[in-house]
Amino acid sequence: MGSLGTVWSDFLGWLPHVQLAHFLIVSAIMFSFGLYGVATRRNAILVLMGIELILNAANINLIAFARYGGVNLDGQVAAMFVIALAAAEAAVALAIVLNIYHRFQTVNIDEVSSLKE
Amino acid sequence: MTPDTLLTLAVATLLLPLCGFVLMIFFGKRLPRQGDWLSTSVIAVSLGMAVVILAAKIGSYGGETLTLNFTWVDLHNVPLIGPLPIVLGVAVDNLTAVMLVVVTLISTLVHLFSIGYMHGDIRYSRYFAYLGFFSFSMLMIVLANNLFLLYVGWELVGISSYLLIGHWYEKKSASNAAIKAFLVNRVGDFGFFLGIAMLFMTFHTFGLREIFEGIGAGRLPFESNWWLTAAGVLLFCGAVGKSAQFPLHVWLPDAMEGPTPVSALIHAATMVAAGVYLVARIFPLMTADALLVVAYIGAITAFISATIAITQNDIKKVLAYSTISQLGYMIMGLGVGAYSAGFFHLVTHAMFKAGLFLGSGSIIHAMHNALHHENDHATDAQDLRNMGGLRKAMPVTFWTFVVYTLAICGVPLTSGFLSKDEILAGTLAFGGMSGHVIIPVIGFLVAGLTAFYMFRVVILAFLGDHKDAARFSHLRESPMVMTIPLVVLAILSVFVFYSFNPFDASDSWIVRAVGRPDSVVPPSMAAPSTEAFEEAAHGLHGTAMLLSLSVAGIGVLFAFVTYYWRKINADAVASALGPAYRFLLNKWYFDEIYQAVIVNGTLALSRILRWFDGNIVDGLVNGTGWVTRGISSVSGMFDTYVVDGIVNLTGYLSGVGGLALRKFQTGRVQSYVIFAVLSVMVFYFVFRLI
Repeated sequence: MGSLGTVWSDFLGWLPHVQLAHFLIVSAIMFSFGLYGVATRRNAILVLMGIELILNAANINLIAFARYGGVNLDGQVAAMFVIALAAAEAAVALAIVLNIYHRFQTVNIDEVSSLKE
Repeated sequence: MTPDTLLTLAVATLLLPLCGFVLMIFFGKRLPRQGDWLSTSVIAVSLGMAVVILAAKIGSYGGETLTLNFTWVDLHNVPLIGPLPIVLGVAVDNLTAVMLVVVTLISTLVHLFSIGYMHGDIRYSRYFAYLGFFSFSMLMIVLANNLFLLYVGWELVGISSYLLIGHWYEKKSASNAAIKAFLVNRVGDFGFFLGIAMLFMTFHTFGLREIFEGIGAGRLPFESNWWLTAAGVLLFCGAVGKSAQFPLHVWLPDAMEGPTPVSALIHAATMVAAGVYLVARIFPLMTADALLVVAYIGAITAFISATIAITQNDIKKVLAYSTISQLGYMIMGLGVGAYSAGFFHLVTHAMFKAGLFLGSGSIIHAMHNALHHENDHATDAQDLRNMGGLRKAMPVTFWTFVVYTLAICGVPLTSGFLSKDEILAGTLAFGGMSGHVIIPVIGFLVAGLTAFYMFRVVILAFLGDHKDAARFSHLRESPMVMTIPLVVLAILSVFVFYSFNPFDASDSWIVRAVGRPDSVVPPSMAAPSTEAFEEAAHGLHGTAMLLSLSVAGIGVLFAFVTYYWRKINADAVASALGPAYRFLLNKWYFDEIYQAVIVNGTLALSRILRWFDGNIVDGLVNGTGWVTRGISSVSGMFDTYVVDGIVNLTGYLSGVGGLALRKFQTGRVQSYVIFAVLSVMVFYFVFRLI
């Protein structure tokens, strides 16, 4: 267990060295996952989850820039807006999805195409 | 009477019939008796004024000419000519005064006669209107002192003769005759017009006196004697047309299609007299050569028509040819220089020829009524062969007709004897002086022929017995309104009104009043002077009288031998002289020759022009159309294939592009997201590269 304590103390020692780039990398990975989910999932719920990932990737970016980019609290305020919007969006989108499910007995977005024809 | 009063009277004489015409043509039908009294009284008042004018003119003014001029229009400075006022006017000399009386007198009597003759006609009031118009036109010719007004009157006479000859225009022959009269007259009028134009170009005036003064002063058309002769002959062309002289005489016999009183008016007073009057008016400017043409035309006309008259069976046709023949006499008389005699014959002839026509009208009227009574519409009421014995049924017509016949044959104690003898003496003098002996020979020959054919008419119509007793019982003398004019004209055919000496016309007041005017042409071109001519004619009166009496006697004798005693069978003579008889019966084939040469020539020319029009002109038009159509089809093809092709290609490319791009429009939001992301990445690299 001593080694674990070592790793942890190393980690704590490294933490002050975390730079902007690390946040951006994490954010980019999250964005990519989100995009992948949005692009590939057929389930509307999963697509919404992808969108949440993308939004939160953006939030990480905003907060990181607030901390390291010299934009002060503006970035955090923007992140707060995004979270509020994401909540509203999730509420509306989930209501729509519920209605779709009632109507079509499915949430597969490929099958919900009656507006197309 | 002052000159002004006299001229005012003359103008009133002229305008009264015009007023009558205007009233009649507009209101005639609504007037009581359809207005015949109006026309007749108007012309009678004109006659009264004409008589006053004649008396005053000869009584107070002698040989003077009274003139009334006014400037009709002033063409201020005309280029090359200078100031050019067109002065018109009327003039009264003795010639005019005598003609005024003759025209209005005959016209009045014809009006009176027509009241009976035209009774019940469908266009009764219009007929009287036209009679008045005819008189007006003729009076205008008579009074005009310039060629302009003269020409206007000339054409008005032409149109009114057309209207009256075609009075019964429902008959095809009548309307054809009217057209023929008008057209044949136009031929002569064309020459007349050229003559007027030539004189106007030279003298810049229409006034006859001014033209005569100009010629007298040595100014000639185109500075040449020859052109002066030409001008005279061209003016004479008008007279040839109106007075029915050879070769334009063909209209007159056809004009018999008009009502008979109209024939009387045309033949005695208005139309044919106009030509003779014109020659008398322009006499001073006629050169010796022009007068020779006039004399020969007159002689040829007199001879041709006299020979035709012998063979005709229609009473009006005989009288028509006798008119042409007598007109030939007058023209010949003027041509040989017997000026007063020619004019004198115009006056006396007017009386007895009007009488002859009205007499024949009376006969035809009676025959018509008799035939109508029998319901016979096939027999020709005008054919001499259907008449005979009318003497007993129509005594007044008979006796007056005999008087006229004696007058036209030149039997002593009649007016015709006086005037004809003067003319014949004149031709003898002319033949002696100039060597043209053929003219007096024709003159005497025609005198004999005239006596023969006129007595043939009298014998066939009045003497002997009527062939059809039933018809004869219906023949009645014409009513008073028709016989009174006959009696008046018969009285006026007696010598005493013209000369107190029944054997010598040189004392006649007309001959004295209407002296031969002095020639104004250069002496080298002029005919022998009046003095020389009269001296030559003086000694020949006795000879002329004896000769004319003997040829007339022979003519009358032959007529009686052939048609009364029937010693000579006329039909046998006719068949023995077969070709000659047919030649005369067919009027020397003038109508046929004109038909073949002029009418058919015109038609052939028309056909050629039609061919040209149909093939050349239409061909050009069609060719233009064909070329245009070719150009259009080329342009159409360009439009179809090139312009439309470009448009279609654009559309096609758009379609193809659409089809290709359509693939991207999948309707899947997820693919759009991928496109968006990929695009952003592409743009990022693109902008990086830039």
